[in-house]
Amino acid sequence: MSEWKAIAEMAADVQSGRVTAAELVEQSLAAIKEHAEFNAIIATLADAARARAKVIDERVAKGEVIGRLAGVPFIAKDNFLVFGAETTAASNILKGFNAPYQATAIEKLEAEGAICVAKANLDAFAHGSSTENSDFFTTLNPHDKTRVPGGSSGGSAASVVLQLAPFALGSDTGGSIRLPASFTGCVGLKPTYGLVSRSGVVAMGSSLDCIGPLTNSVEDAALVLDSMAGRDPLDSTTIERDTEGYAIHEAVSIAGAKIGVIKEYMGEGLDSGVKARITAAIEVLKKAGAEISEVSLPSLPLGLAVYYVLTPAEVSSNLSRYDGQRYGHYTADAKDLHESYTRTRETGFGAEAKRRIMIGTYVLSSGYYDAYYKKAQTVRTKVIREFAEAFEHYDFLLGPTAPMTAFEIGANVDDPLQMYLTDIMTVAANLAGVPAISIPCGLSDNLPVGLQLFAAQKHDRQLLAIAAKAEEIIG
Amino acid sequence: MTSPDVRKQYTATIGIECHVQLKTKTKLFSGADNDAREAAPNTLVNHIDFGLPGGLPVLNEKAVELASRAAFALNSHPQSFSKFDRKHYFYPDLPMGYQITQYDEPIVLGGYVDITVDGEKKRIGITRAHLEADAGKSTHPAGGDYSLVDLNRAGTPLLEIVSEPDMHSAAEAKAYAHELYLRMRYADVSYANLYYGNMRFDVNVSVSKTNELGTRTETKNLNSFKSVEKTVEYEINRQIELLEKGETIVQETRGWDDTKQRTFSQRTKEDAHDYRYMPDPDLPPIVLDDAYIENIKASMPILPDSYRQTLTDIGLDALVIEDIVAVPETAQMVRQVYEAAGVSHAKRVAFWLMVPQTEADAETQMSTQEFDTPSRIAGLIKLSEMVEANKLSSTAAKEVLADMLKSGENPEAIAEKKNLLQVSDEGAIAEIVVKVLADNAKAAEDVKNGEMKAIGFLVGQVMKESHGQANPGLATKLIKRQLGI
Repeated sequence: MSEWKAIAEMAADVQSGRVTAAELVEQSLAAIKEHAEFNAIIATLADAARARAKVIDERVAKGEVIGRLAGVPFIAKDNFLVFGAETTAASNILKGFNAPYQATAIEKLEAEGAICVAKANLDAFAHGSSTENSDFFTTLNPHDKTRVPGGSSGGSAASVVLQLAPFALGSDTGGSIRLPASFTGCVGLKPTYGLVSRSGVVAMGSSLDCIGPLTNSVEDAALVLDSMAGRDPLDSTTIERDTEGYAIHEAVSIAGAKIGVIKEYMGEGLDSGVKARITAAIEVLKKAGAEISEVSLPSLPLGLAVYYVLTPAEVSSNLSRYDGQRYGHYTADAKDLHESYTRTRETGFGAEAKRRIMIGTYVLSSGYYDAYYKKAQTVRTKVIREFAEAFEHYDFLLGPTAPMTAFEIGANVDDPLQMYLTDIMTVAANLAGVPAISIPCGLSDNLPVGLQLFAAQKHDRQLLAIAAKAEEIIG
Repeated sequence: MTSPDVRKQYTATIGIECHVQLKTKTKLFSGADNDAREAAPNTLVNHIDFGLPGGLPVLNEKAVELASRAAFALNSHPQSFSKFDRKHYFYPDLPMGYQITQYDEPIVLGGYVDITVDGEKKRIGITRAHLEADAGKSTHPAGGDYSLVDLNRAGTPLLEIVSEPDMHSAAEAKAYAHELYLRMRYADVSYANLYYGNMRFDVNVSVSKTNELGTRTETKNLNSFKSVEKTVEYEINRQIELLEKGETIVQETRGWDDTKQRTFSQRTKEDAHDYRYMPDPDLPPIVLDDAYIENIKASMPILPDSYRQTLTDIGLDALVIEDIVAVPETAQMVRQVYEAAGVSHAKRVAFWLMVPQTEADAETQMSTQEFDTPSRIAGLIKLSEMVEANKLSSTAAKEVLADMLKSGENPEAIAEKKNLLQVSDEGAIAEIVVKVLADNAKAAEDVKNGEMKAIGFLVGQVMKESHGQANPGLATKLIKRQLGI
């Protein structure tokens, strides 16, 4: 596979006319075709991408300044609405739904000159850790076709690793960007909650959903984040961007950085090969001058339980709108309204969506709300507090992204609880709203291992800077 | 109909939930136009109102301001912290599958409204008032095998005002509904046009012979004060009749059939939804600081009670006052005349402008016509001065007034044009008097014989002969002189 250059360099090439946007788009479309067997892509937007490339090249010829992503192709997870394109969230119930508006993230990337070339596979509605919950097909891990790429942004991660495009967009509700980044060996960034607008992205768990990039390097991730971050009048949960921006201009020193290794993530249940790679990385960071010690966040083991109460609650609510009355899949021959609802949803939703709707409906039911939803919110507050306390003593926290490397396709499909355990080290960042990044950390049995770094809320700039340095020295 | 004796044994208890549409330009959570009155179906709908994937609600600040104003109009104040929740149920006119409302932390808590029924003042408590988004409108064409949904109204901001169960008769319920209407209009938070459903009432009624409350029914979506009154009356009777027959009341939702003048069952408690309320994660809480709340308080329009006080000061009686207060524009004009020209002009203008509620139900009095206030007020005062100076008879003044309110022209010009200026020329009137006395010899004789009642008739005849232009005082004087009394 031919490798893409750094995004900033590529955009500069397009701007200066050394390469055309059309050439980049063709390179991307060719790679997508070449690697079709990996099932990373749900739909290719060849016509729209070529048309956009043509416009950009014409503007370049006229001497216009395009933007920091001039002519750079990218792939969006298929839960991002892209104007005029079918947006399915890999679900049957949204099959045939063409987006009449588009996500703010897409708008902002396009404003910088980026070109969306394709929509990537995911677990339907982003429910899952392997893409096996896609209603269409399972994406294969580029390192081993018998294994999953992780999920739910598995198609996006595989796309980046297969070099189908210089970057891909994902969404991360409980690890859906970081986990596949870890399983496939690329960089995956989950920014601070609210830093990137959720407008135009199919909602999963609204209080946890984050939009972020999957890239070949931390530097690329920082540039893409910088292009998307900030307040959006269409999403009231968005926050102001860092006045200094997020792009990485110069290397920072790792010396003196206080890093806490999360005790709860390094103990029982952690695969020994993964542990060895993480421990080795810690040694490298220490040698570079980082002050590293162990820190305990005692509520973290409860994180997964809390996550699997709150997320289904929000999922059951967010999926209510898919009722076949206005768009998407519906049952045409229903005898009455009730049957129209039940049959549309019965045939349109996959097993995992139904499972989460049922759990969510249960925990929100009168009589159970206090015991489940409210209690989970209380523990969530505790997790938030423990992170805040840890960041009083540490600049960054560190741990594995996942307790294991990519598992075999089918290994967990009959055991949803085992599947949920994949997320055990990623959900806490979503519960706490803090930024976290997964960077490649070598291989274990020829499969990629991901190292996860966390920073305090709104410290995305600092997180990216240190991650870039760590990437360089661990590399 | 239950006999008054049986009826007396029962106490009715009534609580009312009122949905007030707030007069915002755009919807509660989207930028779509909020004025659905004349729009073609489904033309005021954007991706949020339509419930498209990825659409997120963004709170309309104006709605918070109007709800805050409403809070003060309910003798309360907006809460410094309130939040939005999702209320889940499936229906085609609810595009997201949930309604965004305020469940346990509403923007208004507590408050009261005073009403007067049969001369007695009564205080009705307000439990709470919360912001919520309206659903769309479903219609089920008769005989059709389909339903139609219009989402123009989906997302319209509503303030739901919940009363305490403090009312005990249909008259009280009607008075409360009407008082809410007045307050929402005066506070300028809603067009409060009942015809367009800007205010809708849900009425909870129960009856009981003991201190314990009976089983209640809720009759939904009433859109006139009359239907509120009739529903309460009907439900009280219906429930008493059932209980007297030894039957029980079913807790249920009912509707009002205006044609048949009765309530009917819509759904019983067994079909009740579990709404699975959940805080809406897309919307940060509404946090209002003291400065914001103080600012709203300071900028509150004058409310009905203040007008009532002014009108009492002018010396008007309670019934006249209510007729004037029923039309905010009238109350405003009378108050301004009072402030600019004093009691006697204000009183005269009040009688001119008031429309007895028995003649024109407030529901049809929805003119939102803009009044060019300063010149209008000056005109009213001028007109009143002309009457005081005997330049116009009161009959003529009413004619000038009607024209003036329509055209905005000044009263002198109108009076002149219409030839209504009063004749105070003794010679001219004397001629008419002579003629009238000759034509009405019998009446003249009666007056001479001391039957002073007949003089009124003669004055009337003089007015008639003069086409209303004669000064009636002068006419009386001249008749008396002519008859030598």
